[in-house]
Amino acid sequence: MPWTKKDLLGLEKLTAEEITIILDTAKAFSQIATRSIKKVPALQGKTVVNLFFEPSTRTRVSFEVAEKRLSADIVNVNIAASSVTKGETLLDTVKNLCAYRIDAIVVRHSCAGVPHYLAENIEPSIVNAGDGMHEHPTQALLDIYTLREKFGDLKGLKVAIVGDISHSRVARSNIWGLQKLGAKVTVVGPSTLMPREIEKMGEGVKVSYDLPATLKKVDAVNMLRIQREREQQVQFPSLREYARYFGLSTKLIDQTPESLIVMHPGPINRGVELSGTVADGPRSVILQQVTNGLAVRMAVLFLVTGGTKISEE
Amino acid sequence: MKTLIINGTIVDPSQKLEGKGYLRIEDGKIKECALGEAPKAASDEKVIDAKGAYVTPGFIDLHVHLREPGQESKETIESGSNAAVAGGFSTIVCMPNTIPPIDHVSLVKFILLEGKRVGKANVLPTGTISKGRAGEELSEIGEMYKAGIVAITDDGSPVMNSFLMSRASEYAKMFDLLVMDHCEDINFKGSMNEGFYSTKLGLRGTPSISEEIMLMRDILVSGYTGGRIHLQHVSTGLGIYMVRDAKKRGVKITCEVTPHHMSLTDADLETYDTNFKMSPPLRTEKDRQKLIEGLMDGTVDCIATDHAPHTYTNKDVEFDNAPNGIVGMETALPVSYTTLVKENKMPVTRLIELMSTNPAKILRLKAKGTLKAGSDADVTVWSADTEYKIDTATFKSKARNCPFQGKSVYGKVNLTIVGGEVKYEN
Amino acid sequence: MLIADKEKFAATLSALADKLTTLPLEETILVGIQRRGVYLAQRLAKLIEEKTGKKIGLGILDITFYRDDLSMIAMRPVVRSTDLPEDINDKIIVLVDDVLYTGRTIRAALDALADNGRAKMIKLAVMVDRGLRELPIQADYVGLSVETKSEEKISVKTEELDGEDLVEVIKE
Repeated sequence: MPWTKKDLLGLEKLTAEEITIILDTAKAFSQIATRSIKKVPALQGKTVVNLFFEPSTRTRVSFEVAEKRLSADIVNVNIAASSVTKGETLLDTVKNLCAYRIDAIVVRHSCAGVPHYLAENIEPSIVNAGDGMHEHPTQALLDIYTLREKFGDLKGLKVAIVGDISHSRVARSNIWGLQKLGAKVTVVGPSTLMPREIEKMGEGVKVSYDLPATLKKVDAVNMLRIQREREQQVQFPSLREYARYFGLSTKLIDQTPESLIVMHPGPINRGVELSGTVADGPRSVILQQVTNGLAVRMAVLFLVTGGTKISEE
Repeated sequence: MKTLIINGTIVDPSQKLEGKGYLRIEDGKIKECALGEAPKAASDEKVIDAKGAYVTPGFIDLHVHLREPGQESKETIESGSNAAVAGGFSTIVCMPNTIPPIDHVSLVKFILLEGKRVGKANVLPTGTISKGRAGEELSEIGEMYKAGIVAITDDGSPVMNSFLMSRASEYAKMFDLLVMDHCEDINFKGSMNEGFYSTKLGLRGTPSISEEIMLMRDILVSGYTGGRIHLQHVSTGLGIYMVRDAKKRGVKITCEVTPHHMSLTDADLETYDTNFKMSPPLRTEKDRQKLIEGLMDGTVDCIATDHAPHTYTNKDVEFDNAPNGIVGMETALPVSYTTLVKENKMPVTRLIELMSTNPAKILRLKAKGTLKAGSDADVTVWSADTEYKIDTATFKSKARNCPFQGKSVYGKVNLTIVGGEVKYEN
Repeated sequence: MLIADKEKFAATLSALADKLTTLPLEETILVGIQRRGVYLAQRLAKLIEEKTGKKIGLGILDITFYRDDLSMIAMRPVVRSTDLPEDINDKIIVLVDDVLYTGRTIRAALDALADNGRAKMIKLAVMVDRGLRELPIQADYVGLSVETKSEEKISVKTEELDGEDLVEVIKE
């Protein structure tokens, strides 16, 4: 089955087959990074705009390297979301970019639904690089790719996602993607950071407030970054108390099965959600995630920009 | 001027009339309303044939934003009045959250004068509870009452201070003036209803309790002061339950439900269409069912639209950045009729009670909401025999922020008569 | 129309292997082009080993990213893996494919190889040369030469992928 979608907006609407196409394509791209010439002409002559309305270093760099290795021409546009609300509308900004006959836009925005909104209104392919608390599909894909690399088939695999589930687009995309491939997800975090009715996202989704007990039962744990900057005082009393209940310490990791692997979407708050020793330790696959992110993003960009536009009927 | 409406089905809950009959209008008043064979028209009588249509007292909307003064690009008293009569509304009550807010006698007079100049629907102003809608000091309520306001409300920025609310209710009681409240604890911030769909869509949710806490506060205040409080756009199942219970205990509260809350749910937000964003937000299907139950059993007093026009540009933005609200006057009848009568077998007479009889009672308008001889000749003639699709392009309102575009409905206004004169004819 | 049945297929491969044995095998790598070229390269390697007792290097090449029609076709083709020895510098590469037709696949393969290193020499071995070239490319080792028309289709089937070995011409 070939890839037919013009955009990658989220994992919720993708089928298991489509996710597998991306992962398989990423596998082919991962070989390129091992060569001395780390570049293919697959997107030669295509222009990709990285449109970031939210500060980002990791994701933007990952996309940028991916685009360069695909031989695409790149334009980076960073706009503080606040200046947009004062000046021209989002759609005006984007339509102006489209007037250059660009081929794809990688967009990150603090408002959920922005990639969908753009995809409905403009011609170029849209790749969601994170929209509000909604989805961050390429992050989840690279997490899943990493899990597949470690465990093979994901059917029956148990994965814990720990942290601020409520505000996490990474958690949501992972939940959709992992479930579609047959894995079971337990979300762990303070009750104030657990979104309503998250169990309804699928049969495999469970909620737990007990990290040590959960870690004994899972194959992998994805530790989310806890935001220091948000109005968190209402959500939990202090980072210290958070770390005590939901941080992955050296002591805690020693009590888990040896096969458990530790993931983190980065950037890490060392000593808060993850101890430095664990992050750098043998269970950690955090840097593999970064490497895999490149292959996954190359695959996504390659697939969505496919040839002539396919009408979505 | 004399008019005789024949061949229609008269529905007037105030007189318990329902059946084929006729209606005579003379000098802006109802001259005669009766069932049975119409008499021969007099030579100076204009005859209107209402065959196949309902002839009912003109609809009254207790909750409309006309945006004038201040935001005339969204709506004006003129365009809003035209939208009203096109929707079958002969009387509309406009909210005071204009720029500047209607917190002073001079502004009340402006609304009344401009409403008269336009001369379509009866435009009845409300005044703010607090000066500048700031929630701190009481507005000159008595002065505004004298000038013609029918209620006070800080709609749009609810009174968070319960002490102020109780003082306002106590004070308004002197004039038997209605207090209307948009029940919302604004410390809960969100873009949609909190629940599975907010979790799924990654939008910040506003929980039902943000509305229910203030709803209960108002019930307590009304019980305490004995003043009349009208709860605007109740949207939750528990809210309906609380109203029912309070009414049983004799608390002087009334409430309204909007056509959108009775017909749409938070599941409709899946496409991030900002035309589904309003406050209170669309709730769950369970809530919707409870609203319908309340509308059926009499707990809910009336249907009000919360007609909230915004320009295309206002709404064509990121979901989080879009303003709340949708236009409603021109879709109120079809949406309510389709939801309540077609889908839930509500008797048409109950629908008219909700859209005309009861709103008039809440406003203490004795000559409106009825077809009794001697009342104001505000009449809506409408039919519901053919299905059609809502088309926002036909709206008289300046705005098009409507979630019902393309929806198949029943219920179309044929004629709106205000003060004996035909103000809209389709 | 059947060009080669199981026996002729085997004989053709064997003849191809014989020609390849003249190369310095220790520095030669057979690189199969995805997909059927991969199996043909494996068979050839096996035959060469049987004939000479020497092992020959093997690799897999996917040319998708180097196709010159990527922006013209409606859907992205399925990308398969590439697996080349770590170092192809100063090696003799023999590209192996099932059918040589327009030459565009080989053009792409040459680009792909160039990005993987600098081979000493690149040769081309194909099961069938059907003519109708669109680029100045010729094979060094040809199993079968068949004259075809562009509206015809040449189908090479391999045991590994299709359950049988054969070559046929299909008229549309």
